[in-house]
Amino acid sequence: MNPAILNFIEIFMNGLMAGIMYSLVALGFVLIFKASGIFNFAQGVMALFAALTLVGFMTGQVPFAHLINAIFGTEVHTWGAGMPALLAILLTMVVMIALAWLIERYVLKHLVNQEPIILFMATIGLAYFLEGFGDLMWGSDVKTLDVGLPSGGSFWWEDVTREWAAAGSQYYGMYIDLLDVSATIIAIVLVTALTLFSQYTATGRALRAVADDHQAAMSVGISLRRIWVIVWSISGFVALVAGIMWGSKSGVQFSLSLIALKALPVLILGGFTSIPGAIIGGLIIGVGEKLAEAYVGPLVGGAIENWFAYVVALAFLLVRPQGLFGDKIIERI
Amino acid sequence: MLYREAGDFKTTYASDQQTFPIKSERALFWLFMAAAFLIVPFLINDYWNKAVLMPLLIYCMAALGLNILVGYCGQVSLGTGGFMAVGAYAAYKLMTAFPWMDQFSVTILAGFVTAGVGILFGLPSLRIKGFYLAVATLAAQFFLVWMFNKFAWFYNYSASGQITAPERTIFGYAVTGPSSLPWATYLFGLTLLFVFGWIARNLTRGRLGRSWMAIRDMDIAAEIIGVSPLKAKLSAFAVSSFYIGMAGAMFFANYLGAAEVGEAFGIDKSFLVLFMVIIGGLGSILGSFLGAAFLVLLPVLLKNLMVDQLGWVTDLAAHVQIMLVGGLIVFFLIVEPHGLAQLWRLTKEKLRLWPFPY
Repeated sequence: MNPAILNFIEIFMNGLMAGIMYSLVALGFVLIFKASGIFNFAQGVMALFAALTLVGFMTGQVPFAHLINAIFGTEVHTWGAGMPALLAILLTMVVMIALAWLIERYVLKHLVNQEPIILFMATIGLAYFLEGFGDLMWGSDVKTLDVGLPSGGSFWWEDVTREWAAAGSQYYGMYIDLLDVSATIIAIVLVTALTLFSQYTATGRALRAVADDHQAAMSVGISLRRIWVIVWSISGFVALVAGIMWGSKSGVQFSLSLIALKALPVLILGGFTSIPGAIIGGLIIGVGEKLAEAYVGPLVGGAIENWFAYVVALAFLLVRPQGLFGDKIIERI
Repeated sequence: MLYREAGDFKTTYASDQQTFPIKSERALFWLFMAAAFLIVPFLINDYWNKAVLMPLLIYCMAALGLNILVGYCGQVSLGTGGFMAVGAYAAYKLMTAFPWMDQFSVTILAGFVTAGVGILFGLPSLRIKGFYLAVATLAAQFFLVWMFNKFAWFYNYSASGQITAPERTIFGYAVTGPSSLPWATYLFGLTLLFVFGWIARNLTRGRLGRSWMAIRDMDIAAEIIGVSPLKAKLSAFAVSSFYIGMAGAMFFANYLGAAEVGEAFGIDKSFLVLFMVIIGGLGSILGSFLGAAFLVLLPVLLKNLMVDQLGWVTDLAAHVQIMLVGGLIVFFLIVEPHGLAQLWRLTKEKLRLWPFPY
């Protein structure tokens, strides 16, 4: 095969993998939006917060160490011992559930029946709060996260693809990150589990009922507030998964919360209410971004990855405002 | 006692419709203005100018602009940082291309340039609204910042990629550049804010402002009674960007002096100004000023308290501050979705009856 084609395939595949990572974040948005009509801007920060908490547990950091040291003049930093990854993940999950409960109790409960835009802004405020809170709790330095997932390039795949190139061409095989592969597998498992959960369990059905119609769901005895806690917990779990993947990839740091912004075009493409849409949208954005960077970028000076996704989303909005799989909103402006 | 309508008779429509219909309120306003114009310039020093007053004036201007778009016309925008960058770079290009131009003209022309860009990025609002529009304006934010970074023409091919404001004077007093005088820059900003605040107030209660509010409250109904959504939305984008562009120009030329686009006009600026508008009160001119004042003064206050008084490290203080800001936004949305302006309105209602409520 021609190396140019192989290059294209490599970029395409890496785009797919990057897209999966975007989808993981977008998934959390879709879950909350479906169940409560809230566009949760804090999803990215929740991922950051989950990853920070996980690292904190694994390395045995003392929460609020900086604050305690500043107030009492002490010098505490760690408990001295960390905990295994699995236990830490479970504990982080408990923290995320507690967070979901607190958010419902102290924020959402008071904002029922407000306009969507007010709720959106409340989640922006929540995002800031969580960001400051997470940094205050665990410190703002860049942390490495390693829960034992494989990482680095796959030599096997490099060898295989090297064979594909025409003999004598200077082609050294494709690079593919093992972490991205595990992210893909985890995303598939996650989506399958979520789909099964919402199809076959009582809670899952209640969730779908609430997503369909709040009033009707309440009248058949579904507690809206309980459902909201559950939904926020689930999206907290999705945030944790996204946080683990992104954190293992690029370190746990503030920029992690900015992936929320990247999830927006994904949602617009896939539709706000569709789980498969979030996945497909993520893939399209991931592939489009990488291809554009590789083939269009050099023409205009590069680094177009930053805004390309938004422009794609913008162009898409003008044609199909409800997204690929979203519910059609019948409304004229 | 202080705040009485009794005996304050109106004999013309004009006096009935004025911005401050009550005599004591009018007096209070003019006293405040007199203090701002005549007393503060004599007391000002470099610290106060740089840390408090200039940011306050600039963010008041930006919040005013964003409030016109978000509060009056109901179009959510996250592109404020990008539009401020347009204002800053337009000001820079004007200052370097036409060295004879005075700074007032530069700032206002920069506003007009930004208005043009705003109309361009406002076009999607004709088809989409709500979150979708917010994402569309995010495209503006990221695209504009990228553009100013990538094309060297915008920063006159300077090696560092930064733009640096040359010295410009008003009546012979330097208002930009390293040797600018604190009182002169302050008065420059205050004059612009006063004039354009005046204009904004009167725009919003005139025909144009009413068409914006009609679109905000219900676009379909507005269209039926004959408000053109095209004109209303694009004019809101234009006027809003005009103000934001002027704020960006002042931010760069009078406040920073030298700027790098990604750092000075990033997405965080967009959010900051949006928060000012929310906390101050959507759809209120006074709210824009109160919100800007709140979010400019709060960090200064917190920093003084935590870093200077308690001796905490700076980044710890920054975390507490960001947390407080986020918490306050949620708090305000829950307790008073109409922001500080509404609190002021309620206070006035109470004051009318004080000290003898029914």
